Amino acid sequence: MPGAVERRAATFVLVLGTLWGLWEGWHWIGTHYKLTWPFAVNDITMPHLHTIVKALFQPAQANGPKLITVLWHASLFTAKEAAVGLVIGGVVGFAIAVVLSQSGLLERGIIPYVVASQTVPLLAIAPMVVVGLGSKGVRDWVSVSILAAYLTFFPVTINALRGLKSADPNAVELMRSYAAGRWKILWKLRVPSSLPYLFSAFRIAAPVSIVGAIISEPAASIQGGLGGAIVNFNQYYSIEPQELWATNVIAAALGITFFVVVVLAERAVVRRAPEQVA
Amino acid sequence: MSVVELAAVSKTFGRGKTHALEGIDLVIEQGEFVSLIGPSGCGKSTLLRIVGDLIQPSSGSVVVNGKSAHQARLDRDYGIVFQNAVLYEWRTVAKNIALPLEMLAWSRAKRSERIGELLDLVELTGFENHYPWQLSGGMQQRVSIARALSFSPALLLMDEPFGALDEMTRERLNMELLDIWRETESTIVFVTHSIAEAVFLSTRAVVMSARPGRISGIVEIDLPQPRTAETREDPRYFELVTEVREALARSGAEKAVEQELVAGDDQ
Amino acid sequence: MSVVRRWLPALLVFAAGIALWQFVFSPLAGKFLLPRPSAIVTALWDNHGVLLRAGWYTFKEALGGFLAGSFLAIATALVLARWRRVGEALMPYMIAVNAVPIIAFAPIANAWFGVLNPHSKMAIAGVLCFFPVLVNTLRGLTSVRPESIELMRSYAASQVDVFRRVRIPSALPFIFTGLKVATVLAMIGAIVGDYFGGSINALGVQIENSISLFDFPLGWAAVVVASAFGIAFYLAVSLAERLAVRGAPSTAD
Repeated sequence: MPGAVERRAATFVLVLGTLWGLWEGWHWIGTHYKLTWPFAVNDITMPHLHTIVKALFQPAQANGPKLITVLWHASLFTAKEAAVGLVIGGVVGFAIAVVLSQSGLLERGIIPYVVASQTVPLLAIAPMVVVGLGSKGVRDWVSVSILAAYLTFFPVTINALRGLKSADPNAVELMRSYAAGRWKILWKLRVPSSLPYLFSAFRIAAPVSIVGAIISEPAASIQGGLGGAIVNFNQYYSIEPQELWATNVIAAALGITFFVVVVLAERAVVRRAPEQVA
Repeated sequence: MSVVELAAVSKTFGRGKTHALEGIDLVIEQGEFVSLIGPSGCGKSTLLRIVGDLIQPSSGSVVVNGKSAHQARLDRDYGIVFQNAVLYEWRTVAKNIALPLEMLAWSRAKRSERIGELLDLVELTGFENHYPWQLSGGMQQRVSIARALSFSPALLLMDEPFGALDEMTRERLNMELLDIWRETESTIVFVTHSIAEAVFLSTRAVVMSARPGRISGIVEIDLPQPRTAETREDPRYFELVTEVREALARSGAEKAVEQELVAGDDQ
Repeated sequence: MSVVRRWLPALLVFAAGIALWQFVFSPLAGKFLLPRPSAIVTALWDNHGVLLRAGWYTFKEALGGFLAGSFLAIATALVLARWRRVGEALMPYMIAVNAVPIIAFAPIANAWFGVLNPHSKMAIAGVLCFFPVLVNTLRGLTSVRPESIELMRSYAASQVDVFRRVRIPSALPFIFTGLKVATVLAMIGAIVGDYFGGSINALGVQIENSISLFDFPLGWAAVVVASAFGIAFYLAVSLAERLAVRGAPSTAD
């Protein structure tokens, strides 16, 4: 009987294989039957997967380093910005949640704006933030981190608030019977109760911090990160589409890596009874 | 005519690791009210679900209404009530009761009529358009019972239905359940771990031992019908409670002795 | 809680915020970083025709993507909930794909559908909506109490019945949570898509143009319009939720 590890590996291979098959299959059908809906299929719009993989190991520019090296450095650069943004967003988001959890009035007053803040497109305010902070001497990658934090604080605030309020009322009463004050109750009961919710938030926030960083880099005229790479390769798309696709793949891998780190951290930190559901 | 016949039924879970039930032989006749009582983990809920074909036995045979348990379930020969009312939050009381009837494709008029009858039976007339969250625990359970009876099954399976309720509500619902049992002339299999409830409600109490669950004794409850509040003060009632309690203790004690003997052998 | 009591604190905060912005933050930060609300309102009024038309154009892109993405997501969730083992096997992959910065896909969508074609922005919006709606819907469909399923089995219910009568109704709150998240993502997707090239009729292009002309009040005015459409979209779905999910008092935010 194959074990769990073998089964998971088999599923992985199966899924990748199916996706590869679907891609190449659609490519073949599209070119063969000259389809134009939903979009025209050719080597430019849908480069062969092996072309994309090959492109990674070739120089990005004439006599330059291999594409994968370029993207590796870009990823590290973006990852740094995103990680800083994630920390800032996490701290700020949690602090807001703590404040809001203490007063229903404050909560009703502030939450609509927390929600509304996310309807303001980041790309719109990014240039303004970068220019403004730059004039005050802030380095450009820090501005990008701050913009990434703008996207990450939201899920953290919402989930942390729910988590802080999720403490069993009986548990709160128990703490009161020990003459515990508001802050003790917060640190000893509410914060630990909110951990599962926090990790839920970070599962969303971690990849989002990457998105924020990637989007904001062009606004800050940063070339060294993945955002810069995307803008760059976008310009050559009609000549070398596989480079943009390869960048996408690397960006995807970075997002997934951040996500997996959060999941592993969660497994190490939070122990919870499994849900009884069907 | 016997409604339920269990022969040498046993159940193990987890590839032989958990021995839930062993060698259960039981015959339940039409019109009986049989309680299954025993300590936690003795498999009484499992046994109930085996009768209802919600769990398959590992060995032995189960005959319900003269058919296999599987067929009985497909023919909807029984209604089931769980410890929590399992009402659907998005349906009103009336629509919750109507659920099985909708699935049996009853016409709206017929459904309406039947719901009216049932609400009368469980004394919830006037609450048709309430939502479950507006009702107390006891009322929710009454809706659950009404739903189980909606298509007039001959057999009613109940898994500690009053376990989550307070004592006074429980005693009231006990009385109501007996009224319903008499009016509908149904057969009831009732899982409980309250000795008082088992004695007050049933015609027979089946005492089960701890894992692996076996029937360690059957106590005939010969208290007169119909049972009333006075029944609880009848000396015979107390005698029977003691009898059941002793049967339970014996089944537990037997098990303890067994374990000691085994341990002794190992020394 | 009465409507007034619920919204009064937010209104007060709004008024206080605007006042602080006008008289404290803007002067401090300088008009590059933060134009005064009065300047923004002026820019909004002067250009309201163009901005509202652009907002509507972008909203239609977002709506198209939202509908397509949500519909596909719910359909997929139904399939995955029905054939559970496929769902369980694929779940980690779906969550992982959700972690991909979809925004890197925007240029490709432009290449597929044509930069000026609204379908390219709909594609981005749709892809952004797909996974949140899928994950939430799937969670709702599979979070049913075991006794509910046992009850349905005691009625010898078919799988279709179980879905129709139990899983789908109990999944509604989850579905709406996903849809609300999706409204915001759809708007953002449509606007950000414009940044990699789009029709002049679209809001994102308006924003970009005004920034490159250093007309920050106009840029902010366009942002206000974008935000307003986004909030209206969110509220519309919230309203739909209240109508659709009767019964237990809503625990939605």
